Amino acid sequence: MIISIASGKGGTGKTTVATNLALSLGPGVRLLDCDVEEPNAHLFIRPDVDEVRTITTPVPQVDEEKCTLCGKCAEICQYKAIVVIGETVLAFHELCHSCGGCERVCPEKAITETGRELGVVESGRRNGLAFVHGRLRIGEAMAPPLIQAVREYERPDGLTIIDAPPGTSCPVIAAMNGADFVLLVTEPTPFGLHDLKLAVGAVRVLGIPCGLVINRAGLGDDRVNTYAREEGVPVLMEIPFDRNIAKAYSRGELLVEVMPEWKERFVELHRRIEEIVTG
Amino acid sequence: MKELVVISGKGGTGKTSLMAAFASLADGKVLCDADVDAADLHLILDPGVRESHEFQGGGTAVIDKDRCTECGLCRELCRWNAIGEDLVVDSIACEGCGVCVYFCPEKAIDFPIKTCGDWFVSDTRFGPMVHARLRIAEENSGKLVSLVRQEGKRVAEEKGLDLLLTDGPPGVGCPVIASLGGASAVLIVAEPTVSGRHDMKRVVQLAAHFRVPALACVNKFDLNLDETRDIETFLRENNAKVLGRIPFDPSFTRAMVEGKTIVEFDGASEGGRAVTEIWDAVKAELAV
Repeated sequence: MIISIASGKGGTGKTTVATNLALSLGPGVRLLDCDVEEPNAHLFIRPDVDEVRTITTPVPQVDEEKCTLCGKCAEICQYKAIVVIGETVLAFHELCHSCGGCERVCPEKAITETGRELGVVESGRRNGLAFVHGRLRIGEAMAPPLIQAVREYERPDGLTIIDAPPGTSCPVIAAMNGADFVLLVTEPTPFGLHDLKLAVGAVRVLGIPCGLVINRAGLGDDRVNTYAREEGVPVLMEIPFDRNIAKAYSRGELLVEVMPEWKERFVELHRRIEEIVTG
Repeated sequence: MKELVVISGKGGTGKTSLMAAFASLADGKVLCDADVDAADLHLILDPGVRESHEFQGGGTAVIDKDRCTECGLCRELCRWNAIGEDLVVDSIACEGCGVCVYFCPEKAIDFPIKTCGDWFVSDTRFGPMVHARLRIAEENSGKLVSLVRQEGKRVAEEKGLDLLLTDGPPGVGCPVIASLGGASAVLIVAEPTVSGRHDMKRVVQLAAHFRVPALACVNKFDLNLDETRDIETFLRENNAKVLGRIPFDPSFTRAMVEGKTIVEFDGASEGGRAVTEIWDAVKAELAV
């Protein structure tokens, strides 16, 4: 089973829920941190990393000897990543989406593919927990292909927990698509509610069942609860607004380590998700 | 014209609450919400929409069954696995590269332009605002961010204003890169947690990579004083000017619940005074 943990708004507690859930469930669990722009789960899991891979995406390289400046490559490119200027062809690697169109269309076979570095994927373990995350190279714009590279570590058996990035656009879709369940984490404030509605909309476009964790319960107002009731989104857990929890988080400490009674609650959260998924 | 972009790396550090406070403190500016993916500034500023426009993204492949001979070339060429065995394009997976459209021997694939979002020019009680909404599960957020900033500049020029205040998106990827190119400065809002410190470092590197001067402040500084000091040390060592600290103050959430900026809600609160001091420091830095 794949559970993707998402939120719409950033900073609502996705990583808190993902890391505590993963560590509460014992061996055989895989935690994939797909927030490749700002990965944080490793700061709490502190895994022993045993593999680091550099991930690249194919981009064109033009052999000027063979190029006749026909311009077909520029014509097919939807991203203005390859252009003919005067007597030369310029490839802008950072704009390239790696579709391979220019390489295929070139009648002179003057284009081959080289790699642009997207970032790294690191994998390791902490006790029985398998851990993988991606880290986008600073200056690189495209997160989805790196998220894809992290998701290659999914296995059909056992449980995979995905820590998704914030928002509702392509990186989030890349981290939710194909999941069996999306667990949305929000806070009970107007910003939290507004972005939760967007996130629920995205989950529904993908046709995945979802449930809600309300973090910092008691902080703002109760409009999130009202919305969840009206929309039929089950509230599966509430984590109270508590300065001690916030302080432990600030030091990189896991809730289940500081307050062991939370372990049972995360086990129960997983049980309820399984119930929903298996119907 | 000067432009300040508020960014953070990590989400939820208080960018939008700070930007809303600046909106009530700054004179003669245009406000821009460049977090087009999960925009929140309008919840406080309550804009009255004056102009509404559709945002056109790229094309999406659509296979016409009548013309298709089921040769399967499109499926073979697609690098996004967006074409199923039934030769139907999954519009969410389609990257809009047009390779299948170009090479289809029967010219059986259409490529209609997709409307990916909407953008607005509005009036608020604090002046004009340009904002946008990316439609659910759409792409091209970077392009929409660039468009919002460009329109913000246009509105400012029309009105003879020379300051743009832009609320940026979280992260370090495409929308953030689109939000900071050519800005006069970024203001990084950091949070004193291990995650906040980690993400702040990446966003400082990003600003340096694109050669945008960085200003910074620490929000909820009293949550963890050791982290606050470590963050400020890193910022100073990396040429980001630290403008101040904001305490944890429940007034921020109460103001948000009432749809007010903290300055309107209680300007004399600890949080209200801290953001006012930071705004004064920003003004001095930008010379506005």
